[in-house]
Amino acid sequence: MGRKSFALPYVVWMIGFTIIPLAMIVFYGLTDNTGAFTLANVAEVMTAEHARALWLSVGLSVVSTLICLVLAYPLAMILKGISRNQNSLIVFIFILPMWMNSLLRTMAWQTILSNQGVLNAVLSFLGLPTVRIINTAGAIIFGMVYDFMPFMVLPIYNVLIKIGQDKVDAARDLGANGFQTFVRVIFPMSMPGVVSGITMVFVPAMTTFVISNLLGGGKILLIGNVIEQAFTSGSNWHLGSGLSLVLMVFIFISMAVLAKYDPEGSNVI
Amino acid sequence: MKKGIAYLLVLAMIVALLAGCGNAESSQEGEFKAGENGVVKVYNWGDYIDEEVIDMFEKETGIEVIYDLFENNEEMYPIIEAGGRVYDAVCPSDYMIEKMIQNGLLQEINMDNVPNIQYIGEMHMQGAGSFDPENTYAVPYTFGTVGIMYNTTMVGDDEVKSWNVLWDEKYSQSIVMYESVRDSLVPALRLLGYSLNTTDHAQLEEATQMLIDQKPLVYSYVMDQIKDLMINGEVALGVAYSGEVLAIQEQNPDISFCVPEEGSNYYMDAWVIPAKAENKENAEAWINFLCRPDIAKMNFEYITYSTPNEGAWELLDTSYLENKDVFPEADVVERCEVFRYLGEEMDQFYADLWKRVKSAR
Repeated sequence: MGRKSFALPYVVWMIGFTIIPLAMIVFYGLTDNTGAFTLANVAEVMTAEHARALWLSVGLSVVSTLICLVLAYPLAMILKGISRNQNSLIVFIFILPMWMNSLLRTMAWQTILSNQGVLNAVLSFLGLPTVRIINTAGAIIFGMVYDFMPFMVLPIYNVLIKIGQDKVDAARDLGANGFQTFVRVIFPMSMPGVVSGITMVFVPAMTTFVISNLLGGGKILLIGNVIEQAFTSGSNWHLGSGLSLVLMVFIFISMAVLAKYDPEGSNVI
Repeated sequence: MKKGIAYLLVLAMIVALLAGCGNAESSQEGEFKAGENGVVKVYNWGDYIDEEVIDMFEKETGIEVIYDLFENNEEMYPIIEAGGRVYDAVCPSDYMIEKMIQNGLLQEINMDNVPNIQYIGEMHMQGAGSFDPENTYAVPYTFGTVGIMYNTTMVGDDEVKSWNVLWDEKYSQSIVMYESVRDSLVPALRLLGYSLNTTDHAQLEEATQMLIDQKPLVYSYVMDQIKDLMINGEVALGVAYSGEVLAIQEQNPDISFCVPEEGSNYYMDAWVIPAKAENKENAEAWINFLCRPDIAKMNFEYITYSTPNEGAWELLDTSYLENKDVFPEADVVERCEVFRYLGEEMDQFYADLWKRVKSAR
């Protein structure tokens, strides 16, 4: 009984809830109904429907990640600029909605964005033309940005507050103007935060099926939906696992990029 | 199904049962204590019985009911197949019963123990014959049709006489379809004049193309959500099960229902006894009890899915019987077809077709 035994519960946890499930996905993904080895489930991603779902997922995730970045970076800068007391309140307000189940929040958006919903009621009250946004790709991007925004703000903010004022002063001393200071000093130094933010938004956006179901009305098929349906109504675990393996490639790429820019993982919340 | 509510009710029921056990000694003569005469393990859809009925059954027979719920046929099947949990009475749908019979998962019911089957209408026993040819495995519980549910303030009664209205551009973004491939193919297959049980790939592809053409007009593909969308007027019309109509009309009287003239699907849920059942006679007593007219009436009033029990019809308020949405006339049923089990390979083909519809632009 050494100190190592303290690690036992975590070892059991990791084996039981990570290693074994992963091994099962690999096993199902590479076998067929008879248990024989096959690559057919993985190759299924090449079919027109699956490939379209995959690229649509990539496209929507890239767009929503970019929107998150563009919105989150200035916010993180503002938070850095104001005093400690005020900014913890703002961060708190920002994180507050995360205490509520994201499924509920997404369902709320469904009601707000629907044709007879709150948004259109307000628009028509103001005498403006109503919009049809529910069940479109736009609604899905909106939902992704809303749900995953905090995952972009926090890592960037965490990096920015660690950049000392002395670095900024030094840059200004050496003749850089405000813009140059940002482009050549602050932004490069904040890259680890930006990259972990991108990863933390891109990966869940890439794999979501709930947002596309609720805000897409089942009309927009993402790769997450294909996998979900393969496991549930399709009861084809082999296909679902095979496609999951393909999706994992994207996740591993993101993690490799993250490891390169942020080797200590220090900025992942 | 209102699952959350169903769970709460089951919980409430268990509490009530426990409370009931406590003062069983003071119960009237002629009543039994639940469990005195063994148990029956029942596996049913969520929200698919009046909970009071379970209580009454236990008191009258002394058989304790162990009651579990499933959400859909596909979830129920592997559980019965694996046999890890053993049930004595299960209530699947038509095509699933056929699959279970084919795979030897069911046993014949001794109808001598189910005399109340006499109350089940002849038309519905024949309907059950399509998946249970000798009427030996299944006792019909509920039935209904698939049709068009529509909001009378937006859609004219004449328009819904044909499935074509689902392709009318006038209703762009106001049409809702089921997130279920076989239900969604009903209108297309019927308009093309093909069987709902076709296994001809060319016919199915043709019908699928119709669904792809229809997609830009569709508001969304959903299941239970159709209720909310219809009630608050977000959509004008959609494909729906007749069993949902009464519940929806209670909240929005403008909603109506029609089975188009091209014909449709007629569905039935029925009680069966798994081959591995351990309490067969108790299961027969349970099924017999549910076929008693007063019990069938209670269940109908609670779940609003039409009952095939003609004995119950005599007890029902005439307003229900006159409601043609709930109790379709014989000629409507004749235009309808029951879903058959088409085999695993066709299941897969249908799933692929649906993916094609869902991924289309």
